[in-house]
Amino acid sequence: MEYFLQQLINGLTLGAIYGLIAIGYTMVYGIIGMINFAHGDVFMIGAFISIIAFALLSILGVASVPLAILLVLATTMVFTAAYGWAVERIAYRPLRGSFRLAPLISAIGMSIFLQNYVQLLQGARIKPLPPMITGGILLTEGDGFAVQINYTQMIIIAVTVTLMVAFTLLITRTALGRAQRACEQDRGMAALLGINVDRTISLTFVMGAALAAVAGLMFALYYGVVDFFIGFLAGLKAFTAAVLGGIGSLPGAMLGGILIGLIEAFWSGYFSVEYKDVAAFSVLVLVLIFRPTGLLGRPEVEKV
Amino acid sequence: MLSIQALRTFYGHIEALKGVDIEVQAGEIVTMIGANGAGKSTLLMSMCGNPRARFGKVMFEGRDITQLPTFEIVRLGIAHAPEGRRIFPRMTVMENLQIGSTTAPSYFEEGLARVLRLFPRLDERRQQRAGTLSGGEQQMLAIGRALMSRPRLLLLDEPSLGLAPMVVKQIFQVIREINEAEGMTVFLVEQNAYHALRLAHRGYVLVNGRVTMSGSGAELLANREVRAAYLEGGH
Repeated sequence: MEYFLQQLINGLTLGAIYGLIAIGYTMVYGIIGMINFAHGDVFMIGAFISIIAFALLSILGVASVPLAILLVLATTMVFTAAYGWAVERIAYRPLRGSFRLAPLISAIGMSIFLQNYVQLLQGARIKPLPPMITGGILLTEGDGFAVQINYTQMIIIAVTVTLMVAFTLLITRTALGRAQRACEQDRGMAALLGINVDRTISLTFVMGAALAAVAGLMFALYYGVVDFFIGFLAGLKAFTAAVLGGIGSLPGAMLGGILIGLIEAFWSGYFSVEYKDVAAFSVLVLVLIFRPTGLLGRPEVEKV
Repeated sequence: MLSIQALRTFYGHIEALKGVDIEVQAGEIVTMIGANGAGKSTLLMSMCGNPRARFGKVMFEGRDITQLPTFEIVRLGIAHAPEGRRIFPRMTVMENLQIGSTTAPSYFEEGLARVLRLFPRLDERRQQRAGTLSGGEQQMLAIGRALMSRPRLLLLDEPSLGLAPMVVKQIFQVIREINEAEGMTVFLVEQNAYHALRLAHRGYVLVNGRVTMSGSGAELLANREVRAAYLEGGH
């Protein structure tokens, strides 16, 4: 039981990170119907920016850890969002209205470019981030096994929950969120109502990238190492999460992220660490066989 | 108010509009009648820049809007309730109306009151998903949404299409009301020539991308060719 609880905590932490990335995939898919294959690499950029920001802050002599994390969070979100914006502006917007595969190919190119760009600038070796937050809370103890939630995990889960609530409110309650949903349902009509569709799409990329930036920071804090290739697998997992939850659905992306995180943690905990990715992708296959639209995806039954 | 000069629009190599001239004065209801495929909807969409006209000019209140992006054209005070209504099916009635006021956010409360007064049915359906409305209600929503931007020119594309005669009557009544009571300028594209010509001050007939006839609503209604082509056998 204690072991189970510990895996649950680990899985939720991992799932939170996947969920944050998955939102970027699902939102972009919702609004322009393409998979942004460069999104995982935007997450990787976020992780690097956060490490650079931490290094800069320590040079500047910011000693307070909470302050440092808040500053890094803000910086990382802003700069990564700029990358997200640029990716759309350079690689996708010029191809809008061209055939459906074109932006997809361009996305793969962008992904390769970003990886090599970071590799060139930062080197191929892994970059460590010294542990900043140590300690945790002992929840229960039994059978010689202590269930612990460490402070990093608590921060990750708390920040993720906060962001997801804020984000849901943004999408459902604000004019920007309405504009995004309108573009999702009928871009031409949205333009006829005075919505600047290009700007709305840009903002979608900016928002997705900002969330991926948070995930990158969390990843760096949690694992303590990053390299230029982390975006590939994390991106693939988050994409899987988005599809599992129902691509295009925001709650679906969050649910899918948490599920993938839990599957991985439990599989590693009870079976073997080597095959955790196989387990996650197998569940995806199974879900898609029985629910092709994903768990929370909507079957198209509207009367229009 | 609106002046269209020698407008030509293409879909690929196919010329959908072959030089169309239209004038709409402030306060008028002007209708454009024509058969399926004559280019009526293309004309309305060309005014809004999608598809963009290749030759000719669209002038709105003395300003050349031919090359402006769609969202800027509608910001000038043109609202469009397009063919097929195109309401946002997965949003509520309220949200659809809120999006309608994108270009005039400060007008929202007043606009909402006006739309709900014109279409009391929408009031009962406020929180309902628009995709579950009946055809007539969806049309009311499409017109209501267009009115939320506080336009000076309202473009309506076949508001009567597929609706029961009672509902058509109701909708045409509302169009007349906003024109007479509020002085709204309306450009109405219709296949339902009888109703449209009775409502409109003036009308144009569009055949294969060309205007073949124009005149007052009453004149066109009485015209033998118009009667033979658009009015006999039905309505």
